[in-house]
Amino acid sequence: MASHEVTFPITDPAEILKLRAGDEVTVQGHIIGIRDRTQIRIFDQGVEPPMDLTGAFLLHTAPNVRKLGPGRYEKICIGTTTSARMVRFTEGLGAQYGVRAICGKGGFPDDAIEPMHRLGMVYFAIVGGAAALETTQIEEIEEVAWEELMPECLWKFRVKDFGPLIVGIDTHGNSLYHDVQARATKKLEELYARL
Amino acid sequence: MSTVTVDLAGVVEDAAAHLYVWALKDIPQDLRDALAAARDKETSTTGRRVLEIIHRNVSIADEQKNLVCQDTGIAVYTCRVGEHFPLHPARIYAALKTGTERATVEHPLRSNAVHTITRENTGPNTGYRLPIVHWEFIPDWDGLDVKCVPKGSGSENMSFLKMCVPADGVKGIKQFVLESIVGAGGKPCPPGIVGVGIGGSADYAMYLAKEAIARPVGTRNPDPVVAELEDELFGLLNETGIGPMGLGGDVTVLQCHIEHADTHMTLNPVAVNYQCWAARRATAHLAADGSVEYDREF
Repeated sequence: MASHEVTFPITDPAEILKLRAGDEVTVQGHIIGIRDRTQIRIFDQGVEPPMDLTGAFLLHTAPNVRKLGPGRYEKICIGTTTSARMVRFTEGLGAQYGVRAICGKGGFPDDAIEPMHRLGMVYFAIVGGAAALETTQIEEIEEVAWEELMPECLWKFRVKDFGPLIVGIDTHGNSLYHDVQARATKKLEELYARL
Repeated sequence: MSTVTVDLAGVVEDAAAHLYVWALKDIPQDLRDALAAARDKETSTTGRRVLEIIHRNVSIADEQKNLVCQDTGIAVYTCRVGEHFPLHPARIYAALKTGTERATVEHPLRSNAVHTITRENTGPNTGYRLPIVHWEFIPDWDGLDVKCVPKGSGSENMSFLKMCVPADGVKGIKQFVLESIVGAGGKPCPPGIVGVGIGGSADYAMYLAKEAIARPVGTRNPDPVVAELEDELFGLLNETGIGPMGLGGDVTVLQCHIEHADTHMTLNPVAVNYQCWAARRATAHLAADGSVEYDREF
């Protein structure tokens, strides 16, 4: 299990290809906050996102913020939501917009493995509920788009030492979630036999 | 003799506003103990890492007086109303609603409440039939207990109901709980509290499951037959290997709590309601004279 530091947005795909499921990663640079309604607007309603997502790191989030002025927000508490609800957007995010990393909690189901392999994307697992810690690693909310979707806007955060994250699904077809489910499903048969 | 008029509705409103924010920031000691025990027990490297991060997060929330988790949830209250408490439940409900709104606006807290069809945000964490209040009425008493349980969506989405038949027996109940938690995987932020409601009817079984998750961590059902099932399921669930955040490990759940009701001879309902590791819970005890004490009991 290796440790890495990666700065986003990435320009060199090798930064992503070197990551293996189970590795620990700390992230620097800029990350984009996105959630259900944001992606429904992009893909189901066909509205172009007003931010460049090339090489981006997307975080599944909807933060607690305090409004300071037009388009300006101060962080209060920023954490991460369950990813599985949004798995169907993976293909579009990678193929149409060049997103290279999606970070959330709870994992993506197996549907994500093939497109992530083909498009060179990774899924980063964060510890769900650990928002007080996560907030300290977000230096500033630099930009907000689609404020009318509050709190499910498009958010641009500047981060420092964001993580540690665990590579849940890598670009090589490996998924920790698939492996854990496969073992647990087998274990269930044994447990049922004991009931 | 002078008569002092106490604004009991105002007292309930203040209590609700305080409970909501307090619950979100400061998790109960019984939960802290369960999380510490989980960290000591976990042997997988990733699982331990996750549990260490959870501990660090709880410490940071304490130090910075910040929310433990960003999901301010839907506000769920359980009220135990004494027969002689001098404020009608209709007024108690209105006060809980106003208190929830005040906490949301004053802190401010993220507002999660939306119209279920249009998905438009309804405002300060309240709306049509929100907050949700569970009621219990106590004879020969003049007090009011209010418990606030802000319920996050990641764990609430992992709710399951099965109308087992009598021939499925207790084995059917056990299998359903196990398959539900394995199916939920990392989504509800394990290790958490598995609330199980058995008996009653379809709706009541889920209601009971929600009561079960809101108990102090590790308490046992007063019925020894049910308590034995809690122990057994707790052990079995931790053999599944789902582990902290579903990344594999020894600790899949912190506890399994069961609430039950008698049922129809042809029914055998089982409901599962998951509570994430950030099992937020805070309680106020109100006396008829308007005095209030806060703790985590009940």
